[in-house]
Amino acid sequence: MSAYLKLDYIGKSFSRGGKVSEVLRDIRLTIDEGEFVSIIGHSGCGKSTLLNLVAGLTPVSSGAVLLENREVNAPGPDRAVVFQNHSLLPWLSVYDNVALAVTKVFRGRKSKAERHAWIMENLDLVQMAHAADKRPGEISGGMKQRVGIARALAMEPKILLLDEPFGALDALTRAHLQDQMMDIHARLGNTMIMITHDVDEAVLLSDRIVMMTNGPAATIGEVLEVPLPRPRERLALASDRTYLRCREAVLKFLYERHRFVEAAA
Amino acid sequence: MTLPSIKGDAIAAFPAERQKATVVTLPPAVSRRFDITALATRLAQSIVPPLVVLLVLLAVWQVAFSGPGSSLPPPSEIWNESSDLILDPFFVNGTQDIGLGWRVIVSLERVAIGFGLAAVAGVLLGALVGQSVWMMRGLDPIFQVLRTVPPLAWLPISLAAFMDSRPSAIFVIFITAIWPVIINTAAGVRNIPEDYRNVARVLRLNQVEFFFKIMVPAAAPYIFSGLRIGAGLSWLAIVAAEMLTGGVGIGFFIWDAWNSSRLTDIIVALVYIGLVGFLLDRLVGFVGVIVTRGAAAS
Ligand SMILES: Nc1ncnc2c1ncn2[C@@H]1O[C@H](COP(=O)(O)OP(=O)(O)O)[C@@H](O)[C@H]1O
Ligand SMILES: [Mg+2]
Repeated sequence: MSAYLKLDYIGKSFSRGGKVSEVLRDIRLTIDEGEFVSIIGHSGCGKSTLLNLVAGLTPVSSGAVLLENREVNAPGPDRAVVFQNHSLLPWLSVYDNVALAVTKVFRGRKSKAERHAWIMENLDLVQMAHAADKRPGEISGGMKQRVGIARALAMEPKILLLDEPFGALDALTRAHLQDQMMDIHARLGNTMIMITHDVDEAVLLSDRIVMMTNGPAATIGEVLEVPLPRPRERLALASDRTYLRCREAVLKFLYERHRFVEAAA
Repeated sequence: MTLPSIKGDAIAAFPAERQKATVVTLPPAVSRRFDITALATRLAQSIVPPLVVLLVLLAVWQVAFSGPGSSLPPPSEIWNESSDLILDPFFVNGTQDIGLGWRVIVSLERVAIGFGLAAVAGVLLGALVGQSVWMMRGLDPIFQVLRTVPPLAWLPISLAAFMDSRPSAIFVIFITAIWPVIINTAAGVRNIPEDYRNVARVLRLNQVEFFFKIMVPAAAPYIFSGLRIGAGLSWLAIVAAEMLTGGVGIGFFIWDAWNSSRLTDIIVALVYIGLVGFLLDRLVGFVGVIVTRGAAAS
């Protein structure tokens, strides 16, 4: 029995101007197929760095990222990333942004008509088909983030990596998108890793919550199982015992045992 | 990663201008008549003031140079001697006696070739330089020096290298126009947000796909400001270039008119060159606005 994704003693150091700073040390984690894992930790502890390592956008300093037992050390569409600030290409329409990914990934495997249907299917999934011809500059922040998710899903990735996908959105939009994410996860069963700084978001969406210690040389402090049955209802959970217990556990970790200390530097 | 030397350069200082280009479509319900009046008012506002100033300047010029010993012809004398050139740009009275419109077209053709080559080479070189920090550090100072060399100074070298007047003339235009294209393209490429590069890397775009799908559109506003400056410079080089080639271009016409002391013709030709240069600049600017409409980061 081997894990779908395995982070095997990953370490990461940056050297800048001869000064080496160790950001991550000895990260060990295995993730099963179809699992939804959140990573939570104080800002600057190295969450984005960890996600970029999994994505292959930054090389590891030590250890290895294994996907289906094979080492990955370059980015690829099998690990699609939803960036924090959507990163849609502003000169392309919503449709063309998704089409860029679909054409690149499925050229030769799907016909033109099939690709078109696939693009629309993914826009539909995030309820953005109606704005297919709009430019990113003409739609709201929440819509942009949804298109970013559609673009990532359209690559049919093995793992979807989300870096604080809803961080810049207002509370109502965020709640709406969280529900959509749960819905998509239930329907497609993708493996997802999401960075968040929102405790409720982490508990609501995740199968497991990975809590990171503060940097420098941050590592995984604790992993919490969230044994809530799916589908999950935000309102019903508000007074659920298990929900509250998980929430408290994360809060305790973040604010008692690993209180954020303003870095000296 | 950032080299401040180019960012602060006046050549690259344009994104503020671009923001004006955001086009808001008006609802079609607005009444036509109202539109026309507004348009007429705006037209009057932009045409009347320069017209008045022009008339005043012509009057001053007329008075100042009407004396018997004046060195330059007054407007009235220009009209008397060169009205044929002013009134009909497209007459043909023989191989060398043709309207200035024809001459401008011949010159524009030459500029189109030289500037076209400069645009293509400039964007490619700029992309190459902008992609690499070390290329930038090595080449940027050289470009900054070379771009200040005036067109005329390239003439002898160009002649020596090509030993033929036609390619030399085009080379002079090319070498005058290429620097701002390179410099601005490089600045644009260096300013491509890291996010767009990451998108390209996740999709595994190859070099060619990256160039056409990310780099050119992302850097388009910079590229066009470089092209605009380059187009202006290449038109500036036309007189120098045509001193070599002879023939029927507007640049050679001035050189020829000077050699046969036709001052009034020269002045008319100057006005032609100025107006065409102005239109050329507006044209490139207009194309830039159309092409880069979507490139404004949001
Ligand atoms: N490219 C880099 N070069 C040097 N240091 C970096 C780089 N990227 C991130 N870091 C450092 O790594 C630490 C973690 O950053 P990051 O992963 O963005 O944190 P988080 O996403 O948890 O807020 C920070 O101290 C940051 O300064
Ligand atoms: Mg981050």
